[in-house]
Amino acid sequence: MTDVVALPEQGLVAVRPIDRGMFARLLRAPTVVAGIAILCVIALAGIAAPLLTSFDPAAINPASRNQKPGAVMTVRADDGTKTEVRHWLGTDSLGRDVYTRVVYGARTSLAVGALVALFSVAIGLCIGLAAGYVRWLDGIVMRFMDGLMAIPAILLAIALVSLSSAGLVAVIVAIVVPEVPRVVRLVRSVVLSVREEPYVEAAVAAGTPGPTLVFRHILPNTLPPLIVQATYIAASAILIEAILSFLGVGIPPETPTWGNVMAEGRTLFRVYPHTILYPGIVLALTILSVNLLGDGLRDTLDPRMRRRL
Amino acid sequence: MLGFLARRLLATIPVMAIVAVLVFSMLRMTPGDPASIIAGAAATSADVAGIREKLGLDRPIVEQFAIWIGNLLRGDFGESFFFKKTVASLIADRVGPTLALATFTMILSIAVAVPLGVVAAYKQGTWIDRVVMGFSVLGFSVPVFVIGYALIYVFAIELAWLPVQGYQPIREGLWGFLSRLILPSLTLSVIYIALIARITRTSVLEVLGEDYIRTARAKGLPRSTVLMRHALRNAAVPIVTVIGIGVALLIGGVVVTESVYSIPGLGRLTVDAVLARDYPTVQAVILLFSVVYVLLNLLVDVAYTFLDPRIRY
Repeated sequence: MTDVVALPEQGLVAVRPIDRGMFARLLRAPTVVAGIAILCVIALAGIAAPLLTSFDPAAINPASRNQKPGAVMTVRADDGTKTEVRHWLGTDSLGRDVYTRVVYGARTSLAVGALVALFSVAIGLCIGLAAGYVRWLDGIVMRFMDGLMAIPAILLAIALVSLSSAGLVAVIVAIVVPEVPRVVRLVRSVVLSVREEPYVEAAVAAGTPGPTLVFRHILPNTLPPLIVQATYIAASAILIEAILSFLGVGIPPETPTWGNVMAEGRTLFRVYPHTILYPGIVLALTILSVNLLGDGLRDTLDPRMRRRL
Repeated sequence: MLGFLARRLLATIPVMAIVAVLVFSMLRMTPGDPASIIAGAAATSADVAGIREKLGLDRPIVEQFAIWIGNLLRGDFGESFFFKKTVASLIADRVGPTLALATFTMILSIAVAVPLGVVAAYKQGTWIDRVVMGFSVLGFSVPVFVIGYALIYVFAIELAWLPVQGYQPIREGLWGFLSRLILPSLTLSVIYIALIARITRTSVLEVLGEDYIRTARAKGLPRSTVLMRHALRNAAVPIVTVIGIGVALLIGGVVVTESVYSIPGLGRLTVDAVLARDYPTVQAVILLFSVVYVLLNLLVDVAYTFLDPRIRY
């Protein structure tokens, strides 16, 4: 995977381990296609949310509280004309349309998943490269990461959101921090194994400067496992965000997120189970599709990992 | 063996020290005066001054940390300002339900997941394998509280077989105790079963390709003996490792499950403490869960030497 090409002015450059045929192989994997398809539908629904519903996700309407799915309500406009509206998934105890809140909730969930994956990988990559390459840093950084990993992820996230006022940024930070050590470990292990490869030794011998060595010879090798890891991080971020919101410590309750919709439905669950069950199904489907995508990516990009788990 | 145990115990000290530093500094990272944060919104300025003196907040940070650690080692976790009692007694009150739930879940998960994984590996590529693996992917994807409410809906509301929520100590009746633990344990075990079944399948599959398995079959041993004694025994190390790592998932799940089922355990306490910004309690609970997690994984390391006599430390 790592052919060595001699370039006279730059020393030795490793050919990137991601090749063009990879995308064609990816599109032939059924789990990748299924995962992407479901995610696209959910993402499009989130983007086009105002077109898919006539309700405002935050509008409180005491007259239409606690409606069952499919309930038809008559709304009278200011000029006296009556129109009938249908609450496909019913309403919550404040009269907000559950379907509308679920559609808008896709925005938060997907944004959290993508942003957490991006930040965790970016931060973890920098720390991991440094720890793997700079020998004296390795011990200190890795002990610190071990300590972070000894605190169960959800617990750490819950504790971190409690430190600042609730909001999207706090939630993202709280989920990124427990994920970073996992990325660092992965990057560091790749760096350590690649560092001993003959072509890296050759590059060192040819007088390649440090930065070139790290960014052109070592970094590309970390990308395939990192892409796979990023997908799994996105899935777990969506899950943890929902858990935080559900427990009431996450994003403020008026913001439509799947976790918030379900948290709202807790008190009246016995009578109106749909407020929890329908958003739950959408949430599970989203996480499932991200996980399927991850499994497909793993099998295609990094066949060695297939045997590990 | 004793020497190994001592060395492994010593090796956990740096990890625990870093956890302690992290948990300690978390409170210091909040904007504002830690004393007034600890005292809570209703405190008077005399309360705040008292706390500042008691915690030694006017002293250098390193000394403060030393005082805090010293208190912890004496079992003094501080005082909860929300629950109006010492954190130690608070934890003692709440540990029972969590222990019951976690033990139940652990037993249930291992009893279900290991046979599932072995069968899936043995029947690799058949519909049984596909069903087990499909369940495993699904188990990772359905959030624990969704599973919880789905189970409550089916078994407690529609069928009315089991109580909806709550907890009853074992001294008030065995059935009341058990019936209130069945649904929470089932809920919590789903992700754990998914994890263990998957690793069991992978590692048994790897062992089944070995020569000695063929030899065992060739000399006429029954399939079950080969699977159990030769395959599973040799596949045990990764399985036990994952059971240990999975405890982190279990702890996270406990927090959620106890909230869904209104179980007055440590998980529920964590959420209540965070919602009330009751930092001494939050710190103590996080520290406690982390110590349990690290110690259980230490136990896993010790188990290696029994499972695989070739492993010597």
